[in-house]
Amino acid sequence: MLDPSPIAEYRGKFAEQQATRLLWRAAFGPRPGEAERLAGLGLAGAVASLTRPRGVARLIGAAPHDEHGNPLDPINTWGDDHCWWLDRMVRSSQPLIERMTLIWHSWFATSEEASSARLMIKQNWMMRRHALGNFHQLLLDVTVDPAMLLWLNGNTNYKGSPNENYAREMLELFTLGADRGYNQADVHQNARALTGWTNDWDEGQGPVNFRFEPKLHDDGVKRIFGHRGRFDWRDSCRLAVNHPDHPSFLVRKLWGYLVGADIPRGVARALEHAYVASRHEIRPLIEAILRHPLFYEGPRLVTPPVVWTAGMLRASRQTITTTSWAWIASLTGQVLFQPPNVSGWNYAQWLDTSRWAGRLEAVDVALQEHTLSGKTYPYGITENAKQAYEHAIHFWGGRPLSDTARHNLLALGRQIAHGQNQTWEQVEFRQLRQNALRALIPMTPDWMTA
Amino acid sequence: MTDRHPPRAPEGHCDGFSRAQAIRRVLGSGRLPVVREWDPRMPIPAGAGIDRRRFLAGALAGVMTVYGAERLGVTNRMLGDGIARAAALQPVDSPVLVSLFMQGGLDGLSLLAPSTDPLYRQLRPTLAVAPGSGVPFREDASLTWHPSAASFAQLHNAGKVTVFPGIGYTSPDMSHFTSRHYWEVGATDASLLTGWMGRYLDLVGNPTNPFQGLSMDGQINPTLATAKNPTAAIDQPNNFAVYLSGVWGDAAEWALESASALGDAQRHSRDPAIAQVAGAASEVGIVRRTLQPFRTTNANPTGPSGTSANPGAAYGSSVTYPSASSGDLPARLAGLAAMIAAGVPLRCVALTTDTQFDTHSGQAQTFDSGVRLVADSLAAFQADLEARGVDGRVLVHVWSEFGRRAQENGSDGTDHGAAGASLLIGSRVNGGMIGEFAPLNQLDSNGNQQENVDYRGLYCSLLEQWFGQDATPVIPGAGSFPRYKLLA
Repeated sequence: MLDPSPIAEYRGKFAEQQATRLLWRAAFGPRPGEAERLAGLGLAGAVASLTRPRGVARLIGAAPHDEHGNPLDPINTWGDDHCWWLDRMVRSSQPLIERMTLIWHSWFATSEEASSARLMIKQNWMMRRHALGNFHQLLLDVTVDPAMLLWLNGNTNYKGSPNENYAREMLELFTLGADRGYNQADVHQNARALTGWTNDWDEGQGPVNFRFEPKLHDDGVKRIFGHRGRFDWRDSCRLAVNHPDHPSFLVRKLWGYLVGADIPRGVARALEHAYVASRHEIRPLIEAILRHPLFYEGPRLVTPPVVWTAGMLRASRQTITTTSWAWIASLTGQVLFQPPNVSGWNYAQWLDTSRWAGRLEAVDVALQEHTLSGKTYPYGITENAKQAYEHAIHFWGGRPLSDTARHNLLALGRQIAHGQNQTWEQVEFRQLRQNALRALIPMTPDWMTA
Repeated sequence: MTDRHPPRAPEGHCDGFSRAQAIRRVLGSGRLPVVREWDPRMPIPAGAGIDRRRFLAGALAGVMTVYGAERLGVTNRMLGDGIARAAALQPVDSPVLVSLFMQGGLDGLSLLAPSTDPLYRQLRPTLAVAPGSGVPFREDASLTWHPSAASFAQLHNAGKVTVFPGIGYTSPDMSHFTSRHYWEVGATDASLLTGWMGRYLDLVGNPTNPFQGLSMDGQINPTLATAKNPTAAIDQPNNFAVYLSGVWGDAAEWALESASALGDAQRHSRDPAIAQVAGAASEVGIVRRTLQPFRTTNANPTGPSGTSANPGAAYGSSVTYPSASSGDLPARLAGLAAMIAAGVPLRCVALTTDTQFDTHSGQAQTFDSGVRLVADSLAAFQADLEARGVDGRVLVHVWSEFGRRAQENGSDGTDHGAAGASLLIGSRVNGGMIGEFAPLNQLDSNGNQQENVDYRGLYCSLLEQWFGQDATPVIPGAGSFPRYKLLA
């Protein structure tokens, strides 16, 4: 095989602005001062700090709790599973591992609707272990993961009566892409190869004892993508990742999560080559994408709701102090462990009128302990509109906004101040103004995109 | 108890309904009472601000003028001029097309079952609909309506439903996402990015009226995706909540207007991500003002037994909708009827069922409860429109991305199929049947029913006969599809 052109690297300025984009796309947004510190490492150092974390992840800051101070109970309490993972996104010392786990959660989208929080969290740890590992290994573990077996009927796919559900989505959504290099006959034969998994039912625990039963497996000859053999589930995974249409599918999909929809043909070829040469390793691919010029020079991406939410908490130095985040997530359009369907979340369309309103409710929760009221005003009663704006920016970590957004908020500040001359109004209108500015900053396109 | 779900038989889901949708809708519709009845372990939203909302609503009521109280059918709520302003964007009495998507692939062979056909009983040993269990289908004596579809049968016998028993397209794709996409964009083209109704709205719509393309799924429905004109997504008209923490009076109004103004300024940004966020912010302004009259302090009344009362009551409906215990489709339809009657400038509306019909296993139960809810809700919606005197303006198209495999699988379910059933409901439909039942002795090579009506022919006919719009610029290859007489 000819060597493809080498993968391009970003050579421009790597300053706070570039580091900020890196933190929003490969982590969960900057903590105050974090983008500046990351910029100091240079591009290679900054990327390596994310892709090659040392040791085990530490959770930095106060442990999560509900509004009464009780610790979370993700297995047994509704919504605590969402908050449990959101907390890791806010506090983990290895944020890219969490971000990659989120990508795999959407890629192999499984919902707890078909199983339980217990099995979903088990799957979540499995995906975290493979976050920057090997895709073939990840696919093998996903294929026989209990939550996935329940979700796509892998546990009722038996010899003599194959159920095509997992066999089809494995090719269409997980490894090859719709109608790329396979047909309905391949789906059917793939379902036969995947037969043999089952489980028991326990009145207390629900589904238990997931296992391969040779007598439920169809050990006859199958023909998949033109290959013939007595294939089983391991062969099914092997054939899929070695299919010639798999590397292009994987590279395009991964690029879509991190850079956007369009990938130039030459870039795709180079990344595909690297992926195959490494025998399906994920880390080198991610490092190449995070160092690519288009990552920094291309158009912006809408930040997914759960990432934006974690980013608000990080920027304002908060941790999880309420489990409201679980129902808020349903309004913003991204409840963890409950993707809308097996194709995962639609990263191309995060915002509409309904979800914009939902994000405003999320801001309300983030500001719950930071809404100003009462008889005093912390910044003094001589504060003008420009100072009010600066104070609100500082509340959210000091990140500057575009001129368009800044002028809009300054005009609002002046409008609220206009005509407020009475002494008794001096505190109240400044509270209203500061509350309004704090609420609207995370709602700007500056904050919702990166 | 280590698992928080009650034990139940494993069930497959490869698409669609997730609890998130249910929760969103439940939470959005008058939070506290519904939250409790839905799941006692679900946390009560802290600081959700019921009192603050009431306060805000009260504050705004002072500046509202009363408009259209009779048409809304209620007298005990504040009414604003938002609807009046929005209604001016489009002629009164404009036709409305409602698209209802039964997601997951509805089993047409259960909806209209050849229950006495020996081949059918052989293909469906456990799932066959028993002869005599449902109402006979008027157009074809060999078919029986599924018992859960009794409301459809009744509407059909009253001439208000046209049935397409074998609708689809040639070379059917058995992927949910591809097939659904084909139906949504009105072409078998995987790369088309605008919905078929969206393209119609780009042609005839208004550059400032987001209600012309209204999704009632809490998110944009792809059938309504436009290239240039604005659309809106809501859940129900009475729960579209926009407010700021610790801001009230004029300052609150100015702040929300300011956010919409920033959206206006950036909605045409060359950067698509900025344009997406800004577009939503911009449209929120109009949606917020228009829906203000529908906001109530008692959006989702609960009955004495703790079960949901008639979801139509919140909208002044005189008919009874099904209880909202299995999703809020009835409430969304009740809200839609009220918006139509009030003169909200709707043209194309899209909704998705809460139930997903992707019945790979345990089909009988999911199909029965899911179809029953849809059929009963649509029957109530039709009666509501009639009672409000606006039924002549509304047509409902019910569809699914494909039918299911004729031969059942080994999990008491069915895998993905090809041709399926579609319905057109309204006072002005032709009634009867278009196309025919796809015979079971003529299955395709994958064992699926073959289509005898192309869904794009239906779309062309809808555009031309319902909207008076030439289908050529909307549906690719419009000239190659037959037209069907849809209206009486």
